[in-house]
Amino acid sequence: MTAFVQLLTSFVASAAFGLLFNVPRRHLAPAGAAGMIGWMIYYGLQQADANPVLATWLASLAVSLASQWLARRLKAPITVYNVSGIVPLVPGGVAYAAMRNVVQNHYDLAVQQAFQAFTLSGAIAFGLVLSEVIHLSFRKIKA
Amino acid sequence: MPQSSEYTRRIAGLCLLAGKIMIENGAETYRVEDTMTRIARAYGLPRSHSFVTPTGIIFTIEGAEGEGADSFTSLSRITNRATDLQKVMEVNAISRRIGAGELSADDAYRLLKETESGGKGYPAWLKTAAAAVASGCFLIMFGGSWNDFVPAMAAGGAGYLALICASGRIAIKLFAEFVASFAVGLLACLFVLAGWGRELDSIVIGSVMPLVPGVLITNAVRDLMAGHFVSGLSKGAEALLTAFAIGAGIAIVLALRGGVAL
Repeated sequence: MTAFVQLLTSFVASAAFGLLFNVPRRHLAPAGAAGMIGWMIYYGLQQADANPVLATWLASLAVSLASQWLARRLKAPITVYNVSGIVPLVPGGVAYAAMRNVVQNHYDLAVQQAFQAFTLSGAIAFGLVLSEVIHLSFRKIKA
Repeated sequence: MPQSSEYTRRIAGLCLLAGKIMIENGAETYRVEDTMTRIARAYGLPRSHSFVTPTGIIFTIEGAEGEGADSFTSLSRITNRATDLQKVMEVNAISRRIGAGELSADDAYRLLKETESGGKGYPAWLKTAAAAVASGCFLIMFGGSWNDFVPAMAAGGAGYLALICASGRIAIKLFAEFVASFAVGLLACLFVLAGWGRELDSIVIGSVMPLVPGVLITNAVRDLMAGHFVSGLSKGAEALLTAFAIGAGIAIVLALRGGVAL
């Protein structure tokens, strides 16, 4: 039940995010689906107690691969799909905790959390990079 | 085929317009450069060079004799940047049609002008509603309880509305995000004080998500990957500063509350 709720909310949240960026109506559901795939992987790994950096990395990879496929199928720029899928992975919670600790003068904790947020952002970036590499080498093999 | 310098000038203007619309509305740098080069090639000018950054585009078309007197360079300054993926898609579609030889230069120019002056996409109320729904959903995704769903929706929607209002009125970059996140924090605090919401942290994290500069983050990475370091670094800086602005708005609310954990 919880997993189903997570799927549903991630789909709706990603599609709603696409709407904020003026993604045309026809492409909102695919954008939501890309976000749902990423969140499914992130949530599943989180439940399995995987390292959050690993979970974020694989989720970002999944979002970008799904977005590449959608972009080719539906002939739209990839940005339309991957942006709304990447957003849920942004380490908002960790960044918030870091900032809260700054406000409370707990700088030691704040630095740790800020670094964690930085690492998680790096994981997102690396997922995007790797998907591009996979995409390019796949195209080379096919050509 | 020898082209007159007047023709070259017109095509360069067309390419710059297409590039300007794309960069103003959140396209990646490589897509902008690719589109401009393709349009120039489709109109019989195979040798062109572009230098695209988030704050300006420089575009050169070489004439028939190579790098001689008949090459033409022009610059377009970019001052306003927003995110409107619909416009990026429209320019993309126009460029595809140009590539297929379906459009004359005049028709293409007219279509691009229409896209540039076109509507602002979805109405503000719909975007606010979407931000509200997204905030509630993010709250649940981040492990919040359903008790806080409606407060998160209200705070997130109000925050996004504040962003729309503030970005129209204040010319200073990033201040709108600051105002919006301040509104989110303030409302979340009030809801918790009034006993309407339970966990302040979850409500704030969920409601602040619609302000996250998602397009900037992904485009910064994609630009850096493609070797567009100037664009990538400046987009990354903009994303980081936006994140700081959001953080500062929340931090002030927390500090006003006395900085004590509930």
